[in-house]
Amino acid sequence: MPAAKTIRVIGHRAINAVWRIGMATRFFFLILLYSGNSFRRFHLIIKELFSTGVMSLIIIVVAGLFVGMVLGLQGYETLKRYGSESALGVMVALGLVRELGPVVAALLFASRAGSAMTAEIGLMKATEQISAMEMMAVNPVARIVAPRFWAGVVSMPLLAALFSAVGVFGGYFVGVVQIGVDEGSFWSQMQAAVDFREDILNGVIKSFVFGMAVTVIALFEGYDAPPTAEGVSGATTRTVVQSSLAILMLDFVLTAMMFGGN
Amino acid sequence: MERTTLDLWVGMFVVAGIAALVMLAMKVGNLSTYNVSESYEVHAYFSNIGGLKPKASVRSAGVLIGRVTEITLDTERYEARVVMSLDKRYQFPKDTFANILTAGLLGEQYIGLMPGGDEEMLQNGEQLKKTQSAVILEDLIGKFLYSKAEEPAK
Repeated sequence: MPAAKTIRVIGHRAINAVWRIGMATRFFFLILLYSGNSFRRFHLIIKELFSTGVMSLIIIVVAGLFVGMVLGLQGYETLKRYGSESALGVMVALGLVRELGPVVAALLFASRAGSAMTAEIGLMKATEQISAMEMMAVNPVARIVAPRFWAGVVSMPLLAALFSAVGVFGGYFVGVVQIGVDEGSFWSQMQAAVDFREDILNGVIKSFVFGMAVTVIALFEGYDAPPTAEGVSGATTRTVVQSSLAILMLDFVLTAMMFGGN
Repeated sequence: MERTTLDLWVGMFVVAGIAALVMLAMKVGNLSTYNVSESYEVHAYFSNIGGLKPKASVRSAGVLIGRVTEITLDTERYEARVVMSLDKRYQFPKDTFANILTAGLLGEQYIGLMPGGDEEMLQNGEQLKKTQSAVILEDLIGKFLYSKAEEPAK
């Protein structure tokens, strides 16, 4: 009976998914519980900040510049039809600060730093470094996982802010320097339209939430990976797919909460 | 504690991130133009506010002098009660006229203040007595059609 089998497979998958969500939630609370330990050994966090934050700098800056330039170009093409080229600065800045900065930076962060985290921890598990730590009465969550979590949570808003700032300059470069939109109206309309609390702070909150989601997914997938070569590669793939989907879904929820309705 | 190049890189990263945030706040956002000076509140009743929204600007002679802080419907007189906070540096006479104006033909609506000739100045919490409501485009068109219909046929 293929129908019964299909239903059985779907049910099995669904139950499995709920199971994993529960495990991930427990894992998240474990991280928070053992965070105190990792704050006392701050150099561990610094080390992770280097590998997640500093190493992602180049991709974030380059991507931000090009996204800003594309926004400048496309925005100009559209705004030109309505004779409102002077609103180009507003469009570029609001688009970046509210949406593209946090979301694209988080997507890049998930594929650049999140996948590395999963692979690293999965490999540690495969080579039994984690069980060796447990043997030595070192808590692996406090020693390996929590510092990575905090490094991700701290670096994500900074990276998103950098992305937006570089993107605005990219838009400025294309719009003002190349196309010749009036520089004064570009900046002044932007400043009049972008609100610090409403737009910039909400963007920072978004990227903070994305940072948490990405790192928790990446760390959980790594920690939970089957200790084989195949298992680690599967876990890395799942990290990128799931965190990208999580970012986009969370983005909708957060946007609806922050800007929706009025 | 030993100093390592790692610390330097991380420090640079954090500084760059914070600098980007400050730049966004100052250059892109409106934090640098935030009004830190003291303000006072006045309110006015309008029979129709059109599309006026909270945070809309209050201007006099074109200069931004305050913001609309609150709009409610007063159910005793069935008029819109608009509270606005004005910069303390700018004082207005008691018989100041408050208009709801539109920036451009279809632009945002704002409140324009036209100072009167009274000797006394408006105090915190006082009311602007003379107001003019927003111009509603539909009403205008309706009036125009009405007057056209009344004209005797030639």
